[in-house]
Amino acid sequence: MTTFNLNGRTVSVHSPNDAPLLWVIRDELGLTGTKFGCGIGMCGACTVHVEGRATRSCITAVGAVAGSKVTTIEGLDPEGRHPLQTAWIELQVPQCGYCQSGQIMQAATLLKDYPNPTDQDINAVMAGSLCRCMTYLRIRKAIKLAAGRMREGATHG
Amino acid sequence: MDSLSAHGLRGSYDPSRRGFLITMLGAGVMLGYARCGLAAVEGIVSGAQRESSASELFEPTIWYGIDPGGEITINVKRAEMGQHVGTALARIVADELEADWGKVHVITVDSDPKWGEMVTGGSWSVWQSFPVLSRAGAAGRLALIEEGAKLLGVSTQSCTARKSAVHATGRSIVYGDIVARGNLGRTYTPEQLNEIPIKAPANRRLIGRDTLALDVPSKVNGKGRYGLDAVVEGMIYARPKIPPTRYDSKVVSIEDSAAKRVPGYIQSLALDDPSGTAPGWVMVYGESFTAASGAADLVKVKWSSGEAAHLSEQDLLRRAAELIADPNGGAMVVDDPGADTAFSSAKQKLERTYTTSTVMHFALEPINALAFEKNGIFEIHTGNQWQTAILPVLAKALGRSQDKIVLRSYLLGGGFGRRLDGYAVPAALAAKAVGKPVKMVCTRADDMRFDCPRSPSMQTLRMAFGDGGRVTAMDHHAAAGWPTAAINPAFMLKDARGVSFDAFAIWGADHWYTVGAHRVRALRNDLANRSFRPGYLRSVGAGWTNWAVESFMDEAAHAVGVDPVAFRLRLLNGVGRNSGSAPNAVGGAHRQAAVLARVAEKAGWRSPKPNDTGLGVATTFGQERDMPTWLACVARVRVDRTSGQVTVEKLTLVIDAGTLIQPDSATAQVEGAALWGLSMALHEGSEFVEGQPKDTNLDTYTLLRMGDVPEVEIEFLASTETPVGLGEAATTAVAPAIGNAIFAASGARLRHLPIRPEAVRQALAHRA
Repeated sequence: MTTFNLNGRTVSVHSPNDAPLLWVIRDELGLTGTKFGCGIGMCGACTVHVEGRATRSCITAVGAVAGSKVTTIEGLDPEGRHPLQTAWIELQVPQCGYCQSGQIMQAATLLKDYPNPTDQDINAVMAGSLCRCMTYLRIRKAIKLAAGRMREGATHG
Repeated sequence: MDSLSAHGLRGSYDPSRRGFLITMLGAGVMLGYARCGLAAVEGIVSGAQRESSASELFEPTIWYGIDPGGEITINVKRAEMGQHVGTALARIVADELEADWGKVHVITVDSDPKWGEMVTGGSWSVWQSFPVLSRAGAAGRLALIEEGAKLLGVSTQSCTARKSAVHATGRSIVYGDIVARGNLGRTYTPEQLNEIPIKAPANRRLIGRDTLALDVPSKVNGKGRYGLDAVVEGMIYARPKIPPTRYDSKVVSIEDSAAKRVPGYIQSLALDDPSGTAPGWVMVYGESFTAASGAADLVKVKWSSGEAAHLSEQDLLRRAAELIADPNGGAMVVDDPGADTAFSSAKQKLERTYTTSTVMHFALEPINALAFEKNGIFEIHTGNQWQTAILPVLAKALGRSQDKIVLRSYLLGGGFGRRLDGYAVPAALAAKAVGKPVKMVCTRADDMRFDCPRSPSMQTLRMAFGDGGRVTAMDHHAAAGWPTAAINPAFMLKDARGVSFDAFAIWGADHWYTVGAHRVRALRNDLANRSFRPGYLRSVGAGWTNWAVESFMDEAAHAVGVDPVAFRLRLLNGVGRNSGSAPNAVGGAHRQAAVLARVAEKAGWRSPKPNDTGLGVATTFGQERDMPTWLACVARVRVDRTSGQVTVEKLTLVIDAGTLIQPDSATAQVEGAALWGLSMALHEGSEFVEGQPKDTNLDTYTLLRMGDVPEVEIEFLASTETPVGLGEAATTAVAPAIGNAIFAASGARLRHLPIRPEAVRQALAHRA
């Protein structure tokens, strides 16, 4: 049994320690916003936060997060109104949407590290997040829009 | 090619002939979008079955209902796979219905014969639905005005409808109240419906104006339900062992002793598939996906396979070359008289051969399906693009009639043609074999090995020139695997001699250029169809035919010393069969000339460029002559002569797609399709090795990533003509525009997709 914190609540799971965190979250804990794309950590669809860092849950054993704080798309913001999520809606970023949980989770840590990201920062950090619909143009715009608002919020807030 | 418009798919899709007499229907539904980010999409465990109270609803057609509270629910039979199709179709209904958009909801319906042909592909959804849904909306408006006038005690003529209410001078009544109080039994015969006029474009209130797509909120908060998210009480998981070949492998033995050590492993079974969809499959069952997948890695299966197990990409291209060299095979899709004479008397001739490699779909959601029997009905829960095609296959596989099978709808984690194919079958067989609900999930590698990829292609084009470089004849021979022959042979067409062919594998070669005597010969690469399953992949054949046509037009222009834009404009003269026809191709080639002229202007065609930088142009009509999406693209590339590396700096696209329902969604489709075109031109491409696609995951299959994205500029020409498709059109022009730009930048002519740096270096060396 592994115990960890998922979106602010303590959970104990029965999956074997070496089970990928992705499938534990999806199938045992029933949170399906985190997606399965490649299984080798190269598409980013399964990205969650472990202690605030973007982590590929498909190649992370659940045993490795024992005692840690894990955040999924469902827990990014209690109302689903994180500045990235509202920017994503405003700019109509998603097409099929399957990768977008992972894109948003990756972008959230990008903005923590680079509150005012350059195009090169975005290219570097988002390189591991594949969008098969090729919504990259709007992802870039939405990251910048959200970054601007978060900086404003930090200044005035 | 006009005969194509009479083709069965179009013919069978005629909802105006059915359904409009049906008034009171309770629609069983699975998937819906509510506004304000509150997704109504729920799993079946929590019970998403929405059984409308039929007696309270006003349903003048099967396509929507209005409840006594005035809430309007639009039934969408097209799969949501990124196009925001539900929103677009609902806008068409709501505009004519004069509905209050705030009261409009969309549900994606499950399979049912009453919806007619259920297919989401070909970029057809808006084009096919527009006339049907416009009239359906108008019919409802007329009925509501008629009944509203009665309730207001005024004449019908004195009433108008706006924002879900019927208005007379000084008085009004909202739709919900009319539904609640009135006797709205009004129905329409197909003849009556066909006579209902639709609005003049100037009177539209929603069409052409952007709104936020209803499916988007559930795609940013993790609430959207995809096939992979389907659950049912008591289900177990299965992951397949994919055999070495698609068609001719038989299971010899299954050895699972190592798998038995995996906690949660249940068993492994060879599937018996009477439909022939998944022959030689072994299902590995587990209590969780982790158990099934881990066990599958340890299960050893021996198969006996035929010659397809040794297939290589080179074999496929060698066979294509043989077919092209033999003048007797294939179907003559265009066959003008006089071509031989024109070639024999030509002042100048040009012949070139173009090839493309295998391309994988790589829809990000690996294929999966949940299947179980409930109350005598076999339910398949999965995202699917072609319910009508897969139902008879499922019936054959399961040995039950189609009315005892239902496909429940979910969001699709990418379609692109991947989900036109039959992966629901092995899931259903897996459930049938153990008599309990089974969720089949493929890993990425399983998905890739069972993919129906874009076939490799080879095409040889010839052109004859007369005096002054005038084009007098053109020949086009195209050989590839044919998806329709593999996936739904009933949809093959016949040429004038009765030889059948796959239109989807040749469309694009039947272009709108006036080239004198034109001949197009479609050749089925029989080795491809025998060895693997050629699939429909975003734009299908138009993805390779236009690579050839538009690269060749560039070479032809240079051969006669004419600017490539000017050369094309001269041929796009709208003469004869290229003059176009109503309702779909009004203006014909003149509209293609217009987008071409505009893109040249917009992209600075004649402006000076830095060294090793060049502009290349290509223009297409999307996919099919019967639904032309007029499009032109200019690519600006920089070529590194040392490494052969090609950098695409900018793509400029100009499109005339007729009326745009949702302009921002239209733009999004062009953005995605253009970048798909770029991805396939430079980054993707695989090859068959020993019967299997060489690349099975992202460790070797490379797709366009964030840092590879160029500047993209898109312009739609204003139009009120018939709305046509936008999901695929832009994929067709980008690769040849890039190839032509590489030539302009460096003098290297590339004739194979994908374009790799090594090939650029070789072409440069060849030139030197």
